[in-house]
Amino acid sequence: MGLEEKLPSGFVLTTVEQAAGWVRKASVFPATFGLACCAIEMMTTGAGRYDLARFGMEVFRGSPRQADLMIVAGRVSQKMAPVLRQVYDQMPNPKWVISMGVCASSGGMFNNYAIVQGVDHIVPVDIYLPGCPPRPEMLLDAILKLHQKIQDGKLGVNAEEAAREAEEAALKALPLIEMKGLLR
Amino acid sequence: MSDHTHGEGQNGNAVPAPRDTGGEVIRVRKGMFGANNGGDTSGYGGLIRTVTLPGASSRPYGGWFDEVADELEGALEEQDLLPENAIEKTVVDRDELTFHIAREHLLQVARTLRDDPALRFELCTGVSGVHFPGDKGRELHAVYHLRSLTHGRLIRLEVSAPDSDPHIPSLVEVYPTNDWHEREAYDFFGLIFDGHPALTRIMMPDDWQGFPQRKDYPLGGIAVEYKGAQIPAPDQRRSYS
Amino acid sequence: MTTPHATPRATTEGTVYTVTGGDWDEVVESAVKSDDERIIVNMGPQHPSTHGVLRLILEIDGETVTEARCGIGYLHTGIEKNLEFRNWTQGTTFVTRMDYLTPFFNETAYCLGVEKLLGIEDQVPDRATVIRVLLMELNRLSSHLVCIATGGMELGATTIMIYGFRDRELVLDLFELFTGLRMNHAFVRPGGLAQDLPPGAVDQLREFIKTMKKNLPEYDKLATGNPIFKARMKDVGYLDLAGCMALGATGPVLRSAGLPNDLRKTDPYCGYETYDFEVPTADTCDSYGRFLIRLEEMRQSLRIIEQCIERLEPGPVMVADKKIAWPAQLALGPDGLGNSLDHIRNIMGTSMEALIHHFKLVTEGFRVPAGQTYTAVESPKGELGVHVVSDGGTRPYRVHFRDPSFTNLQAMAAMCEGGQVADVIVAVASIDPVMGGVDR
Repeated sequence: MGLEEKLPSGFVLTTVEQAAGWVRKASVFPATFGLACCAIEMMTTGAGRYDLARFGMEVFRGSPRQADLMIVAGRVSQKMAPVLRQVYDQMPNPKWVISMGVCASSGGMFNNYAIVQGVDHIVPVDIYLPGCPPRPEMLLDAILKLHQKIQDGKLGVNAEEAAREAEEAALKALPLIEMKGLLR
Repeated sequence: MSDHTHGEGQNGNAVPAPRDTGGEVIRVRKGMFGANNGGDTSGYGGLIRTVTLPGASSRPYGGWFDEVADELEGALEEQDLLPENAIEKTVVDRDELTFHIAREHLLQVARTLRDDPALRFELCTGVSGVHFPGDKGRELHAVYHLRSLTHGRLIRLEVSAPDSDPHIPSLVEVYPTNDWHEREAYDFFGLIFDGHPALTRIMMPDDWQGFPQRKDYPLGGIAVEYKGAQIPAPDQRRSYS
Repeated sequence: MTTPHATPRATTEGTVYTVTGGDWDEVVESAVKSDDERIIVNMGPQHPSTHGVLRLILEIDGETVTEARCGIGYLHTGIEKNLEFRNWTQGTTFVTRMDYLTPFFNETAYCLGVEKLLGIEDQVPDRATVIRVLLMELNRLSSHLVCIATGGMELGATTIMIYGFRDRELVLDLFELFTGLRMNHAFVRPGGLAQDLPPGAVDQLREFIKTMKKNLPEYDKLATGNPIFKARMKDVGYLDLAGCMALGATGPVLRSAGLPNDLRKTDPYCGYETYDFEVPTADTCDSYGRFLIRLEEMRQSLRIIEQCIERLEPGPVMVADKKIAWPAQLALGPDGLGNSLDHIRNIMGTSMEALIHHFKLVTEGFRVPAGQTYTAVESPKGELGVHVVSDGGTRPYRVHFRDPSFTNLQAMAAMCEGGQVADVIVAVASIDPVMGGVDR
């Protein structure tokens, strides 16, 4: 007794993009990629109380070749960076990256020789998730936002067009240092 | 501020160890706020302070400290090693006993400390490197903490080496647990432990240049950008100490 | 490749091997002789069963591990160096992130060291010390729960993992109530604590103890007598007392070899000598013994927590010396915990001296007399030692953590060589290394 029962003549028109996005967002397989403190919160999210299974994501894949979501959970050291990139390269397309926690997003409080100052130096990031570490609810929120992003994903020429637009917008964007306003 | 705790606590005996004057000068601090290029308007630009670590103590050290020192000296004499050659100085500070050991005798002293039934320091809790660039000729210190489970005691050994010749004998054959600890100290401070079975980098990537926890190695942070402003990395900022 | 049982034949599509039957004894014999089953397996740093970003390099002959080596440093964070550029109080924020499963042990060990350098050990209020003990024992519970949970998960027993995380959540709820954070608290400060326990804390603690007393036996029911669990754990990861002593292993690894060495008893700190508890040991030297020890330690921790509740007398939680005590007064505002507005109004409006003092202490920090000290606490993994050196400044000159995970992980090779590949996982899980602590 859902939407499907109310459809006129039993069929519905949509685009391939939307259908593909809808299917993809409901079957995201995260890779088992824990680094530091955030990995513990990621495991907590998978465990009983927060229960990632509600979003069809409880199966963390041990092999990156079976995964399409990498949750970079924790600080990325200079020594780990090549490994992380290799894991990312091993994942089949389409793939997404959540940068979980401030250390992965920007280096956080570890502004020093050992830590990569933001995992976006190595892999493209879809969602930045702040917090040190983020609560499981925050990770769930990031995952839901990522689901929406996957749902809205483009295919083929539309994808190329979207990428081009994004690049143009980024080139035109005002650098942070030239922005005015509150210091943040 | 710390004087009133000498010789108390686990040591039982409340006799503070008499202190020779003159400790180890590790640094001379000049000015304030780290502004050495004339930008300091605080009026403290001419401030000069020497930083001195606690100096050698003389007997009695108090409590079981004397017993350990006696036993160690006796055991070294039995091995035809003059204690004053091996033990450069003994420091009792904050209820802790430190032997400064000449590096060429470190291995023998450690073996004695481990094997002598009256000493029996079975557990070494690793080595911690400390870099004092201002302590000329003794820039690199390796600090070992030895714990005796038999007697419930804890002592510290301190060995120093100059930056130009950063060699210290390895303690791995006496305390195998020091294997990784010495690799770590090598990785961070460039201390070369002679006789270590495989002295390679452990924390940093194998091709890393430099020894990152030395004082002359920068922190390596980057400036953090905000809207219309930049905050320099922590080691580039004005400092108070 | 040419053997009597596989003859090559060239075809247009490449060489085709025809494998014929043969006497299996011959096959096995030649396999042993040729020894081409000897392979090097690189396990990690990204591997679901290595307990973090640990890299194991295993030389394998068939299913037998002939040589095992560890590669670490994949989580090296440079915390010890970062500390040298922050003041003494800010240091707790860094050290709490070292071994992120035992934040209160890191903080307490560091703060005990700083207090010793300052010479104010006797001035730390009793209530602060009792709360430190309370938090540490709660933390011991949560750390052991994660050890058992992830250890179970690495064996493929996901139910144990769900159980462990279920109970850990209960501990984290308490942490959140007390400190405002689930992890990385920076709650223990040099001189005492960041703030007092909130109202209702004791009731929640009593409730928690009741729940845990009901939940802890479930691990016994689920795992302790479970034949599969026992078969995987017994006699695996064997390390006897001599091995432990030589390799410097402490904590449950050492106690599983029969030596009841626990710093809470042998070198007490924070008044542990006045608490009534036992140090469990095992004589099996194996993973199963370590599992049983962890279970028993959790029960003992509950005992200590009960005693802590009785000792909680009202009083200050920070030293009275205003030259050291952090001047902030926290209060709950509409946007969460922060500086008390009344306090700020007071010092801003009435006392210029208080304002200057506040500013100096917060921006510059207090000075610590030159010297060095080593303080050790018994973390859930073993002896957590902190070597703190001060040059008399407002920042640490050098802080070195002797992390038990780091030292105990050295024993991995001794435990695994000669065993099966699958047992490597069990042995590593029984050491319970946390890479944040190993690499710092």
